[in-house]
Amino acid sequence: MNNTTNTAELICPAGTPAALRTAVDAGADAVYCGFQNATNARNFPGLNFTPQEMEKSVAYAHEKGAKVLLAVNTFPPAGKFDLWKQAVTAGAKMGVDAFIVADVGVADYVARTHPDKRLHLSVQAAASSPEAIRYYAREFGVKRVVLPRILTIPEIRDISGQIPCEIETFIFGNHGLMVEGRCSLTNYITGLSTNMDGVCSPAADVEYIRDDAGNMTTRLGDYTIDCYSCDETAGYPTICKGRYRAPHRDDGYYAFEEPISLNLSRMLPDLMGAGVNAFKIEGRQRSRAYVRRVVSAFRKAVDDIRAGGEPEFADLHALTEGQKQTEGAFKSKTWR
Amino acid sequence: MSRIHHSTQPEGRAKLLHGFQAPFPRFLLQPILRRIVRKIAAQNPDMFNRLGPYRQANFVIDPTNLPFALLLRPDPDDLLLVACNRRNLPDHQACISGKFLNLLQLVDCDLDGDALFFSRDLEITGNTEAVVCLRNALDDVDGSIAESVADMFGPAGRGVLGVMRRAGQKNEQ
Repeated sequence: MNNTTNTAELICPAGTPAALRTAVDAGADAVYCGFQNATNARNFPGLNFTPQEMEKSVAYAHEKGAKVLLAVNTFPPAGKFDLWKQAVTAGAKMGVDAFIVADVGVADYVARTHPDKRLHLSVQAAASSPEAIRYYAREFGVKRVVLPRILTIPEIRDISGQIPCEIETFIFGNHGLMVEGRCSLTNYITGLSTNMDGVCSPAADVEYIRDDAGNMTTRLGDYTIDCYSCDETAGYPTICKGRYRAPHRDDGYYAFEEPISLNLSRMLPDLMGAGVNAFKIEGRQRSRAYVRRVVSAFRKAVDDIRAGGEPEFADLHALTEGQKQTEGAFKSKTWR
Repeated sequence: MSRIHHSTQPEGRAKLLHGFQAPFPRFLLQPILRRIVRKIAAQNPDMFNRLGPYRQANFVIDPTNLPFALLLRPDPDDLLLVACNRRNLPDHQACISGKFLNLLQLVDCDLDGDALFFSRDLEITGNTEAVVCLRNALDDVDGSIAESVADMFGPAGRGVLGVMRRAGQKNEQ
């Protein structure tokens, strides 16, 4: 779209009203969140907002000058579209500032019924080419695209010059290399869909088994994902981050991804220079302690850059998955 | 780098909180625990909504370096928080275990549960969904549960919490 150095917004996660208040108080420009149902991609037990909580939270954020972006970013199965309509209608009535969508039907519904509301294209749409992004902008008036975490900074710069909308990139949290919105690993094992039910590795199917030596086996349904020795760090119980045995390998290996977090703190100036308009922190399922620390750290770093100074980066290593961090594909396509 | 670690040779006041494994008269604790859980429930009635079907579930919370474990049933109509014998745990649906200071920092909103899990300083067994619900319910409580508990015991309570917080911060370094 254009070069936006020094103006990027900080987009922060909230799984509960208390987390939303924490994010706003820690300096979020906008908070993204969802209702307690399958309309968003973090449909975890005990997480998310009731309509009443959402209404109060929007009021709190607006009072403090922050925006609320409502995630309605799952794909409605046939015959169940009404739930997504209800979420959009409720969000609009409560005054959310934008809808984050992935499904073309939901995008179309928002564009037709609430043309005054901003539409953001979720990473779940996996739109990574200028052609795809231009289509969403042209057909539905999408104002911002959240890019998949598989692009280098030069590629982002190249896309930025070819699309008529803003760019948002993840800067911290889940590495997220699977083709988002297309992953069916959870569905294959549990029968629930990450993309339609909004739940990756449903907790009801997760089991941790500890042996007497302190080793921990992680299982999802009938499948063993990993076995961590007592002195090994662990990751989330998702199939994509498991270690598996294969005939050509002597030992278990990470077949898809590994437990590691994205941390682009040192790349913020380059991302701004590439035309990124908004930085997204992943982690609606994380605690208020995580939200406070990560949002505060990136608030300070972004403000330092905006002021033209050298950013000071807090150490977030202890919060990373598997206690490992990477700049992933943003730095190089051959990060592993 | 600030990976959470635990010294096997704690120093200063932190010593008070480590390795205390002598036989412990649990009955002395029970009325205090009852008072604590009732107070927290009365202050935060909405948090039970996040528990969904697990209000009647029994959770064991096991501070591994204290001489007892805790049994929690977060049922607003039949609240239960009691100290119990680690070697003879009552029936429960899920167990959460970790060092006492880590568990304290969790309810003090100072540490992230997922991070503690990644570093293997927090262990979960049993019904994972029940634990996720409990975690989300507690995390939606504004302020600090630890602070609310300390306030119940006046300046002495707040003083003890201050000592434990400093010990917890030392642990993180």
